[in-house]
Amino acid sequence: MDFIQRESCGKCIPCREGTRRMLEILERITRGRRNETGVQALERFQGMMYLNRLAEVIKDTSLCGLGQTAPNPVLSTLHWFRNEYEEHIFERKCRAGVCRELLTYRIDTEKCKGCTACAKKCPAKAIMGTPKSPHYIIPDKCIGCGSCVATCRFDAVIAE
Amino acid sequence: MNIQVNGRTIEAKRGETILTALRRAGINVPTLCYMESLLPSGACRLCVVEVESQRNLVPSCAFPVADGMKIKTHSPRVVRARKTIVELLIAGHPDDCLYCVRNGTCQLQRLADELGVRERRYAGMKNDYKIDTSSASLVRDPAKCILCGKCVRVCEEIQGVSAIDFINRGCRSRVATAFDRGLNVSSCVNCGQCVMVCPTGALREQSSVKEVTDAINDPNRIVIVQHAPAVSVTLGEELGIKAGTDIAGIMTAALRQVGFDRVFDTSFSADLTIMEEASELAHRVANGGVLPMMTSCSPGWIKFVEQFYPDFIPNLSTCKSPQQMLGALIKSFYAGREGIDPRTIFSVSIMPCTAKKFEAERPEMTQNGIPDVDAVLTTREAAHMIRRQGLDINALTPETADTPFGERSTAGKLFGATGGVMEAAVRTAHFLLTGQELADLKVHPLRGLEGVKEAHVKIGDLEVGVAVASGLKNAAALLEQIKAGRKDIHFIEVMTCPGGCIAGGGQPLGTNTDSVRRRMQALYDIDRDGTIRVSHKNEEVQRLYTEYLGKPLGERSHHLLHTHYARREAMV
Repeated sequence: MDFIQRESCGKCIPCREGTRRMLEILERITRGRRNETGVQALERFQGMMYLNRLAEVIKDTSLCGLGQTAPNPVLSTLHWFRNEYEEHIFERKCRAGVCRELLTYRIDTEKCKGCTACAKKCPAKAIMGTPKSPHYIIPDKCIGCGSCVATCRFDAVIAE
Repeated sequence: MNIQVNGRTIEAKRGETILTALRRAGINVPTLCYMESLLPSGACRLCVVEVESQRNLVPSCAFPVADGMKIKTHSPRVVRARKTIVELLIAGHPDDCLYCVRNGTCQLQRLADELGVRERRYAGMKNDYKIDTSSASLVRDPAKCILCGKCVRVCEEIQGVSAIDFINRGCRSRVATAFDRGLNVSSCVNCGQCVMVCPTGALREQSSVKEVTDAINDPNRIVIVQHAPAVSVTLGEELGIKAGTDIAGIMTAALRQVGFDRVFDTSFSADLTIMEEASELAHRVANGGVLPMMTSCSPGWIKFVEQFYPDFIPNLSTCKSPQQMLGALIKSFYAGREGIDPRTIFSVSIMPCTAKKFEAERPEMTQNGIPDVDAVLTTREAAHMIRRQGLDINALTPETADTPFGERSTAGKLFGATGGVMEAAVRTAHFLLTGQELADLKVHPLRGLEGVKEAHVKIGDLEVGVAVASGLKNAAALLEQIKAGRKDIHFIEVMTCPGGCIAGGGQPLGTNTDSVRRRMQALYDIDRDGTIRVSHKNEEVQRLYTEYLGKPLGERSHHLLHTHYARREAMV
């Protein structure tokens, strides 16, 4: 969507304004709840209510092929993967593991060797533990950046 | 050929668009970017309709009719699409309708109401744009722009100026001048045609209402107002009277009620312009001066020549425009006669024009550092002041303008429409050169709304070729012909706006071809029924010459009524 929004020439209204609003709606549901205000939460729900309608109108009224096909990925995912959208909104989860802010991280105590690499990398100091014994992530401190996953050499950090 | 619309059969002509057929049948489809005389752009998508066998909705403004076509103009699918488009526009639009100059006349506001938009569904980021107030005539507020492109098209395709165009792309695209500089340093000629077509408050005139109000409220200032020939036939429309009604007398009464101390008629100085201009033409013809001579009443046209055709500057008549002539006389002759210090005079003009605001600020248009005209109001602003005063114009009794600049010939009144200056000039030139009046005062080939009109007029033994152009693109085409060596034209009248001042950039919003035609007819009717129909018979003009000016092109005229022009660099 970001790509399409950048490629839009800006001549016709549905493509120029519509793709921008679609992108905003989609970005809202991928964002974490941590700093979300009440109004933003309402906007998140409101946007989703109108996403389908917006996508259909853009497809129906755009001037050229770019705008006419721009909403297709949204429309088809809304059709085939509706449950994933619902999970994003209600359970605040991304099962594909793409929306980083929606992931929660935990450490598999079986796999963790206590090497402390992740705790050193963690920018929020959210990982606790003594060397050579399994570590823990404090969910309230975790900012969901994913650097622990990238650091761990034992695949002990699980994102879900 | 027949097409079916909403189950009803209507007739259509081969080659026309669906929209044209629908409008003729009285079926209204909303549009934001459609312009009658130009090719469709298909940008706003509000005119979409459902056509059977077409997968998507089609824009009716750009889609040709076909025999047996089945169209739905207001099906739920279509209405939902239109509503969503308006909602998308509103999502990025400022929420300041209450303060907006177009509150009540905004097409976006009207459409939102028509389609029942009652909430902001698509909340999101708004663009943060700066307002451009650099121009003397116009204000541009890109935040309110919906990018319909009408201003860009009128500037390029009708005026041939191309001062503004789209810059950037996608949701960052907007309308701007070359290099995104201020309008004041652009090639804009201030004609205001962009304001006339703008559906929202993104373009408006630089308002002088406050200055004028302050001057009226100042007991030490004498506020004098003059009104242009085209104003009396259009002001009524802003006040709820039908197009093409002349309300000169009522307007005079209303202006006095608003608080103006003297009310003069610019048509008086239009007569004076004719005396000067016709004499100048006769002088040029007799002494082998630069021909063809070109009129100089329209300030947009003057700036256009200075920028794009500086080689033709010697062809321009040196006469100031009627507004500036009267302004100069008020602060010299009139102030002297009445014993008023010219510095206490606040001279206001009501013009159908935004470029006049620029003209009044030109440094040449001053005497001893005092500007000839202090403030220019457009017809719209004048109507606003009258409304604000709570005046019911139906209850006012017509009054006559003040002397000495209240008397006019109907030739001066004709200045309001394209061809009018020429017609008035031909009448007077005929008299000046032959000593006799023209047999038929109505010069038929110079009337009507065509962009370019030409005539060869017999004045005594002399055959004078005259041409009239309105709309700068038409004027530019004429100039190109002359550049290419055309010799049969001696005198050219140019009005910046297509149709002349009656369709000027300061006129009531919602001006269309029909209303312009009615206004034109109103001027012609005034001329038909008038008693003095030639400028040289205006007694006050003659008295002015005997008492003060001497003779046309004389010493005093030269100082007060004539000016000069200079090449201007323009970013193109």
